[in-house]
Formats: sequence, structure tokens, C-alpha cells
Amino acid sequence: MRARGAEGLAGRSSALVWAVNLAAAALVLLWTIPTLGLLVSSFRDRDQIITSGWWRAAFSATATDFVRAGTAADKNREGDVFVISRNVLPPKAELKSWGVSSKAPAAYAPGETAELKDGQRLTVAENGDYRLTSPTAFAEGRGMRIFVTTVAPPRLTTENYARVITAEGIGRAFLNTMTVTIPATVIPILIAAFAAYALAWMRFPGRALLVAVIVGLLVVPLQLALIPLLKLHNQIGLNQSYLGIWLAHTGFGLPLAIYLLRNYMVGLPREIIESARVDGATEFQIFRRIVLPLSFPALASFAIFQFLWVWNDLLVATVFLGNSTDTQVMTGALRALLGSRGGDWEILAASAFVSIAVPLFVFFALQKYLVRGLLAGSVKGG
Amino acid sequence: MDQTLIAQAVSAVSTIVTGVFGCVAWFWLSNLALDAVLPPRGPKIGRNLARAAAIRPWLFLGPALIALAVYLVYPIFVSIWLSFHDSRGETFVGLSNYRWLLADGKFHESLRNNALWLVFVPTLATLFGLVAAALTDRIRWGNVAKSLIFMPMAVSFVGAAVVWKFVYDYRGEGQAEIGLLSALVTSFGGTARAWLTVPGWNSFLLMLVLIWIQTGFAMVILSAALRGIAEETIEAATIDGATPVQIFFRIKVPQIWGTIAVVWTTITITVLKVFDIVLTMTNGQWGTQVMANLMFDWMFRANDTGRASTVALVIMALVTPIMVWNIRNANREMHG
Repeated sequence: MRARGAEGLAGRSSALVWAVNLAAAALVLLWTIPTLGLLVSSFRDRDQIITSGWWRAAFSATATDFVRAGTAADKNREGDVFVISRNVLPPKAELKSWGVSSKAPAAYAPGETAELKDGQRLTVAENGDYRLTSPTAFAEGRGMRIFVTTVAPPRLTTENYARVITAEGIGRAFLNTMTVTIPATVIPILIAAFAAYALAWMRFPGRALLVAVIVGLLVVPLQLALIPLLKLHNQIGLNQSYLGIWLAHTGFGLPLAIYLLRNYMVGLPREIIESARVDGATEFQIFRRIVLPLSFPALASFAIFQFLWVWNDLLVATVFLGNSTDTQVMTGALRALLGSRGGDWEILAASAFVSIAVPLFVFFALQKYLVRGLLAGSVKGG
Repeated sequence: MDQTLIAQAVSAVSTIVTGVFGCVAWFWLSNLALDAVLPPRGPKIGRNLARAAAIRPWLFLGPALIALAVYLVYPIFVSIWLSFHDSRGETFVGLSNYRWLLADGKFHESLRNNALWLVFVPTLATLFGLVAAALTDRIRWGNVAKSLIFMPMAVSFVGAAVVWKFVYDYRGEGQAEIGLLSALVTSFGGTARAWLTVPGWNSFLLMLVLIWIQTGFAMVILSAALRGIAEETIEAATIDGATPVQIFFRIKVPQIWGTIAVVWTTITITVLKVFDIVLTMTNGQWGTQVMANLMFDWMFRANDTGRASTVALVIMALVTPIMVWNIRNANREMHG
């Protein structure tokens, strides 16, 4: 009885392990498939993107379409027959079958000849060349429909990337984004580290109040700040410049930076700092030689936050840097492409991937610090 | 082309260097100056030290306080002032912007949509995050799975909009569908539609994008909280014969309510500010407008600072309860 019970329990738990694994796999698939779709598409040929789903990228794309035969104006006369001859195939495709009516669009194999009314005959060769002959002159008007089923071999290419980086302004936007992001990450860290040290280890009146204010400022919506600051920037002559956007990102990033760093610094061992003070070290020395190196994990996690946030930001960049092509950042360029070239999936997909490549790299390389930072105090909501 | 790129790279690097060095120089020089004016030696050493100790915190805090005051505090007051003025911020118009807001159809639509976002996005993202945390903590490849679910966090909202526009793409009748949603629906015998233009549904499709992004965040935090639960409580429940599902919902979840609340409010703040997704996917058309995008519309398309500020203040008002809650929690931590 006992043995059976244990066996039953073991059986149930291995079933449970399976269920958990399967459920987790399903969840992971759901979460990665959308991105995967775009990644695959960014390597596909533009004609193939719009004729078959990306999940068919590895297979030949079969498409049935029709082309209109040439009209009477295109005819040639060869002896006593009238002839129209042209090609039905789109580039890089093979002919699988063809037909002359929508009811049987694949009635004939390549090379076969169809007998049509009035003694007309149509032959479509394997390479797509067709020959439509008629004993009498062709009627005026639209040419007849020739249905073709074509097979295009799978074709993966890096052309899309080459094109967006050079021709679509994404290369430029990439540099602009770098120019915005690096100082907008480094400056707030510097400023916040000093402030956090003061709030954590220096004694002065109003310290608790300041901490409360900073926590409160964590949630102030950016939207509120845009109009007044844009006006201010224009008044003091900053206008839309890199300096302006660095200052803006610094201001917006500071509450989180101070909050995270202060929380971390408060937890540093008091003895080390006290004994350094007793030894006559100045505050500046304590900060630079002891607190700063020890706070590295917190600095790193905020740096990743701020980097991702600034890199991915659209709103602040649109407002403080503007939308002209020489200063546009990548999110702005991508948004412009979505508007103007919304149908050109190969361009959109490749551009989107150029823009998310850097954050993804940072993310996967430094995930440990990001997670640590999130756990230390996740109050800012992006 | 190449030359302009190089020129830009050079100017970027030089401005970066000046910006960063400017910052370092301030802290270093101001501290030096303080030590020179109030030297920690000589006959008045005691008085000098006390004075320097009173001043130095403000040297350390100075740049941060100035930046916070200018970039976050000042705008609140200017916005309030602007909301009582006309579109160009010149003439005082009393409450007319607020009256306009209350009567505006688009504002009502935004409120409704924001309410829907507020109900569905934090709930579902937290729920999926909890499920993902529970599942990935029990499997061997849990860390890989976590990374992949967490990955959308690194993708910009605009990038996410491109990803999902492709999922929702619609080609029209007679053409092969290349959007995953349309293809799925047609393969199950349904009819594909231009999904993003179907009022009612489309808002949910946009919410899905944010849920997709935020689930990883919820998962990471909740997973850490789940691991922090005391083993004894779980062991006791196992000995009493509780099933894993029972243990999860009756023992584990109640112990991490605090963390769930933090995740929930954090996502709520994000939702109130959601803007990029709506702007890039539908631009608020077809009944998908939300407040942050409405504000952007009034600011940049209509150039009406009065109305835009009024909308921004509504967003601020909605965030305020969370702000108060945050401050209370922080104070409790400091004193308790």
C-alpha cells in the first residue's frame, strides 16, 4: 500500500514535470515568436515578404497569379498567323503550371499547348516565354488572362541591412542615438552618485525631506515637463540641441538614479567609512576611494537602466532634439519609416533590428546587473 | 556621406568628453575651493571644519538639486499656470481649458481607453509574470526561458510597434496573409480583417504589446520574491499533503502580496504614460486614443499649450495617489 502510494506520487510528479516544461516552452514560444518573425523577415527578399508568411521563409514560395497577355498592339505577323509573344514570369521564379481560366488556373504543364476558341493556340514554355497565335487578327482591347503558378526558391539576403544602413538614414540615426545616449547615461550617474552619497552618509538638516521629495519625483509623468522645458530651452538659447537633450535626460533620470544609489550606499558597512573619517580622509576622498568602488553593482544597474531608457526613448528625443534628418535618433527614424514606408516590410524589419540590436546586446550581456537593479527598487515605470 | 558621418562621430565624441569632464571638474574644483576658503588646519580649524561640513553636502547635492528643480519641479508649476491660459500661453482664460476637456469627445475616449488599459495591462502582465516565474523556477532551462521572456524589456516601444504591426498585418482578400494573426485566423476558417482598424478590438491588440513587454519585468521581480519564501512553510504544507497548485496559491502567493503590489503599481505608472505604442501603431485613430498621446497631439499638431498642459495635469493627478503611496513606503523603510 505504501509502496503503491509512493509510486503513484512519483508518476504524478514526473507528469507534472512534463506539464511544467511544456507550459514553460509554450510561454517562451509565445513571447519570442513575434520578434522571430521580424528577424526572419528582415533577411528575406522584398517580393517574398509580401507574398508569403515569414514562417515559410525556408520553403519555396508558391504563388498563383495572372498576367495579361499582350494586346493587339503587340502582335507580330508571321506568314499567315498573328503572334503575340512575351514572358509571364516574375524575376527569380520558376513556372510550375499555368492555365487560361480562373476555374482551372493550373490546367497545363509548362511546354503544353492550349487550344482556345477561334483557332487560337497558346503555348507557355518552362522559362515563361509564351506564344499566342491566331489565324485571324486579334481583337482590340485588354489581353486575355494567363494564370501562372510560380515557385520562387527561398532567398535570404543581407541586402536589406546594407540598404537601410546606407540609404535610409539609419546609419546616421544610429550615430545620433549614440551621441544622445552615452552622455545622457554618464552625466546623471556622476551627479547622482555625489548626491546619493550626501543623502546616505552626510548629516545635514532636511535630509529626510529631500529623500521623500526624490521618491515623489520618481513618478512625475514626463509629459508634464515637456512644454515648460521646451519653452525654457528656447528662451535660454539651447533650442533643440544635444546639450538640451542630455540635460533633459539627466533631469528625468536623476530621481531613479539617486534613489537606487542612495539605497545601495546606505547599506555599505558603517565601520569602513567611520574609520576612514577618523584617519582624516576628506569626504571627497571617502567618496572617491571607498564608496564609489564599493557601489559598482548599483552604478552598473542604473547605467543599464538609463542606457536602455534613453536608447529606446522616442518622446524626449522628438521634443528636445526634433525630427530633422541630421539629428533624428533611431526611434524617430523608425517612426518616420512606419509612416512613410509602412508597406515596405523589408526596410522596416531591418531598421527595427538595427535599432534593437544594441539594447538587446546590452541586455543579454549585463542582465545580471539589470535584474539586481530592478530588485533594488523598481519604482520608475519607464 | 561617409565624410559627414565621420565628422559627426568626431563632434559627438568631443562633446561627450567635454560634457563628462565638465561634470567631474565641478565636483573636484568646488571641493578644492571649499578646502581653500575654509582650510582644515591653522588656528580656526574647529570653526572651519564645522562650516565646511555644513556646506559640503550642498556642493555634492547642488547639481542634482538644480537639475531636479528645473526639470521636474518647475514644469509642474508652469503647467498649472499654462492650463489657465490660451493656446499660446498669453491670455488668461480661467477654467475654459478644463471646461473644454470635460466636454471633449476625444478626452472621454482617452479616459475610457486608459481605464481599460489600467484594468487589463497591469492585471494580465502581473498574472503572466507570476505564471512565468512559477514555471521557470521549476525547470532546468529556467534561466534561458527567463531571458527570452524578459527580452522584450530591452526593445523600444517603437521597435515593439514594428514587431506587432507585422503580426497584425492584413493583406486583403485573395492575397496570402503574411501577418501571423491573420494567417492563424484564416487557417482556422475565420476571416482576416484589418485588425487595427476594428474599434473595440484594436485597443486590446495595442494592450497586448505592452503586456508582452511588461510580463518579463513582473516575472523577474516575482521570481525573486517567490525564492525568498521561507522553505519551512512549504515543507509543512507538503507534509500535510497539499498539491503543488494548492501550495502555490494558498501558501506562496499570499506571502508575496507586497511584491505583487509593487509590480502592479509600477506597471500602472507605465500604463498611464503609454504613448509610443499608440502613436506608432494607430496614432489614436479608430477609437484607440489614450491620454498621453492626446496630450502629444494637442502639443505638436495643434500647438495648443493650454489644452496640452491641461491633459498633462490630468495624467499627473492620476499618478499622484501612487506617488503618495511610494513616499509613505519609503518613509516607513527609513524609520522602520
